[in-house]
Amino acid sequence: METLEFRFNSKPAPRAADPALCGVVGSGNLEILVKPGMQPDACQLSIKTSARGFAETWQAVLGSFAASHAAGGTVIAINDMGATPAVVTLRLAQALAEYQGGAR
Amino acid sequence: MIASLASRHSWFEATARARLAGLLDPGSFSEILPPAESTPSPHLARLDLPGAFDDGVVVCHGQLEKRPIFAIAQEGQFMGGAVGEIHGAKIVGLLRRAVQEKAAAVLFLIDSGGVRLHEANAGLIAISEIMRAVLDARAAGVPVIALVGGSCGAFGGMGIVAKLCSAIIISEEGRLALSGPEVIETVAGVEEFDSKDRALVWRVTGGKHRYLMGDCAMLVEDDIAAFRSGATELLTGWTEPAPSVANLRASQQALEYRLADYAAYRDGLQVWAALGVAEPDTVPLLDRDSMVALKEGLPT
Amino acid sequence: MSLNDILDKLFPAGHAVAVANQVITGEATTAQGAVAVLGTTDAAAIDHAMALALSAYILDTIERHPGRPLVFLVDTSGQALSRSQELLCLNGSLAHLAQCVDLARRQGHASLSLVTANAVSGGFLSFGLMADRAYALADAQVRVMDLRAMARVTKIAHERLVELAAGSPIFAPGAESYVRMGAIEAIWPVPSASLLEEALAAAGQAAPASDQRQSCAVERGGRQLAEGIAKAVQNAARGA
Repeated sequence: METLEFRFNSKPAPRAADPALCGVVGSGNLEILVKPGMQPDACQLSIKTSARGFAETWQAVLGSFAASHAAGGTVIAINDMGATPAVVTLRLAQALAEYQGGAR
Repeated sequence: MIASLASRHSWFEATARARLAGLLDPGSFSEILPPAESTPSPHLARLDLPGAFDDGVVVCHGQLEKRPIFAIAQEGQFMGGAVGEIHGAKIVGLLRRAVQEKAAAVLFLIDSGGVRLHEANAGLIAISEIMRAVLDARAAGVPVIALVGGSCGAFGGMGIVAKLCSAIIISEEGRLALSGPEVIETVAGVEEFDSKDRALVWRVTGGKHRYLMGDCAMLVEDDIAAFRSGATELLTGWTEPAPSVANLRASQQALEYRLADYAAYRDGLQVWAALGVAEPDTVPLLDRDSMVALKEGLPT
Repeated sequence: MSLNDILDKLFPAGHAVAVANQVITGEATTAQGAVAVLGTTDAAAIDHAMALALSAYILDTIERHPGRPLVFLVDTSGQALSRSQELLCLNGSLAHLAQCVDLARRQGHASLSLVTANAVSGGFLSFGLMADRAYALADAQVRVMDLRAMARVTKIAHERLVELAAGSPIFAPGAESYVRMGAIEAIWPVPSASLLEEALAAAGQAAPASDQRQSCAVERGGRQLAEGIAKAVQNAARGA
């Protein structure tokens, strides 16, 4: 297992009341938990992944997500069981949409 | 008329959370100890494995046709739904809470291979605690209904737990047993149980077989809405019987007769014929409604 | 140690116990009166017939001897592994047995189990772990699975599991782990009438109340999380 930490600048996301969870920690899949953070223009991510040695891939995928989405002001935690970059990107978008849509 | 496939949401393929979302009244799901407030299993981390925030089980309060209930949903996609320390403790805590709050019912969405070997002792003891807690809930008058239809079925200690519940609702895709076919094949040989023979596995452990034999109270389609209406129907007018010698004597006698009559059989086809099914070969092809008609027409 | 040796040491005042199909049933005399003695021997792989023989004896005891304590002697290698057993829903017969032990408790029968040699998974769950308190003899094997089989299933190297087992009661096989985890009350160096009398006295005094294994586990440094999590779920305000 490998633990990775990233921080990217990102446009502020509308602040939601409730954390959102997306996905399942199953083979080729991952779960993503989005919670409100303290820095409105930054997205902080921490990843625990079963696949070692993919830090650069994570950096590229997550960096592109933070640049293309308004994900500022969030803290995102990921538990991964070998998801592909395509699955990671899809789940991130789903989790963020749920986080924003889930505000009550 | 069978609901169109497009409008059906497969229970088998859904996640635990999706099952709950479709099972409970819309908007009534209220999770207890949600992922943001819990931490993954430290025991898995010690083995260098990523955990899940909810440790593979969702416990919640909700409503079923406006009845306040509690529900437990195991996530079969995470570690085979297997029971570890945190996973088990969440279930035990919820069952105890249902007693405290005199809940109308607990729905137990079982999808599990049993003990999580990575936390073997903790898992085994947790299952023992779940067994006691299910019986405590029932003794307090709270029905516990097992819903079985996930990809991991209900195996190992969770197979025992399922049979300790007030009733089991199962789909054709659901499987209920103690040892998995793979385990039996590994230990006793492929002649004893060929775990790759899917049709055989279903004739021995599958939902139709368990329903025909009376081990499960209700057979439903592999559809979240069907589980919902099944649970609603079962709970309407349900009175949880107090634990009694008379009831267990009756079960004892039924189990003894069954063993005396069927002990030599090794295939569901043989049992179904003995139960009075005229054409046992056709059972695997029957749809759910035909199965119910068949079961209700059997001699008792 | 043979079953008879164990019985002689546990019940010097006398016992009348029959063994059929690896199932022990009978009664014995103790300082506190007659007790029912039941269980399995020779590493029995519990099947329908064994489970139903045990459950029938429990129901008989409840009906004929209200309040008589139950002493379970546990020697099981787990459940019978066969297709015909599964065809008839073996988990159902084990659940029935567990329900009978539970009913006895609710009807005021104190119960204790003593692991005499082996206690493994399904067999242990269905009666040994259903008793109010469980004990084990010093050389008893208590486990879910041995580490080699576990290594095969989990795909974690055997050496790594051995190394981790040394420091973790969470998955190290052995009665000592189960003591720390709260499921076994104590390990007896030898089968002993005085230890049995003490255990029976303790079982008779304690209310047949609730399952205390989670809190025992915390006191003994075994499972550190279970009790806190269960209480958090019991008491948490409902989430959003």
